[in-house]
Amino acid sequence: MLLLHFTDDRPIFIQVAEQIENGILADAFPEGSQVPSTTEISVQYKINPATVLKGMNLLVDSDILFKKRGVGMFVSSGARSKIRKKRKGQFYDNYIIPAVSEAKKLGLPLEEILSLIERGFDK
Amino acid sequence: MKGIEIRNLSKSYGEVVALKDINLKFGGDKIYGLLGRNGAGKTTLLNIISNRLFPDSGEVLVDGETAIENDSAQRKIYMMGESNFYPEGMTIRQAFRWSQRFYPSFDRNLALSLVEKFSLGLDKKMKSLSTGYNSIFKAIVALATKVPYTLLDEPVLGLDANHRDLLYKSLLESYQEHPRTIVISTHLIDEVANIIEDIVIIDQGEILRNQSSEEMLKQGYTVYGTAAAIDNYIADKEVIGFDNLGGLKTAYILGEVDNIIPPELEVTKLNLQKLFVVLTNRRALK
Repeated sequence: MLLLHFTDDRPIFIQVAEQIENGILADAFPEGSQVPSTTEISVQYKINPATVLKGMNLLVDSDILFKKRGVGMFVSSGARSKIRKKRKGQFYDNYIIPAVSEAKKLGLPLEEILSLIERGFDK
Repeated sequence: MKGIEIRNLSKSYGEVVALKDINLKFGGDKIYGLLGRNGAGKTTLLNIISNRLFPDSGEVLVDGETAIENDSAQRKIYMMGESNFYPEGMTIRQAFRWSQRFYPSFDRNLALSLVEKFSLGLDKKMKSLSTGYNSIFKAIVALATKVPYTLLDEPVLGLDANHRDLLYKSLLESYQEHPRTIVISTHLIDEVANIIEDIVIIDQGEILRNQSSEEMLKQGYTVYGTAAAIDNYIADKEVIGFDNLGGLKTAYILGEVDNIIPPELEVTKLNLQKLFVVLTNRRALK
């Protein structure tokens, strides 16, 4: 089973949604496949089922998952590209802003950050 | 009226007031966390609900009928408390049979499967159980009775980390198979923070908070940074507590996060245990 990782900094239901998205991006849950049930996730990670369901419903609302009645939740077709598009939109806020703020703390100039990014890409 | 309803409940032990005019409801097949410091009144409250103790005044209703000295109401409640009421010489197997007679809903298969998961011997006698296994036995009976209202007072007392993990998982599994109202009273808040849906904080015999865990954690946030930056930021905020470490400061703030957080500050959500400590400390200081 996918290894979910929960931290303390954001509401758990949002993290449930993100972790399932990560599983879809990593192809652990291919499009059309069934994702673990609310009960499985709840028991495995010791999270109240109402919280898990709330996270999953976020994904149903954004057409990333769909419900098959009496069977469970499945990954919608086009889910990966949808998640990618959304995450690209968040990339600046989630990764660039914190990286630049850390760089400023350390006194790293722009050229050096750019070369670090290049190094990361070449790895 | 479904649920356990507590109305104007008071209880004193001599001069010591344990519960002061409590009004509260448990129901809706939810998992509740009953949180409070030592001596806050948690056990007194649970003991009154389960008819082990009489209140001085007020009432407890179970699905609309009184819980006090009323067998038909008490049959809907199972209280896992500190004491083990089974005779010392009784084996686990016999205790299950006995529980089955009192609680027709007792699920013997669930009890047996939990006995196996926890490696508890069926022929063990009550008196030979360690503190941890005594808790495990009581918790197994509590889950297996499957009554509409299960009260667990410090259910993981003496359990090692593996067994606590297994107990929380078993509880969630059984709860989802058979939804019912479960009240967990504990001081290990971090461990149950994600398991409970609603929170009741009791402090010095009074209800300090009674709301969903999500609502409660949404009430505020934490900011962290240099003391100067924090002091500047919190000038117009309602601060409920601080942690200091050298020139660094963490402030616990009530209210919504505003959009203009200075970049040098880090914002995170409130943590239930921290919020609990801050709220109950603040009152103690008053």
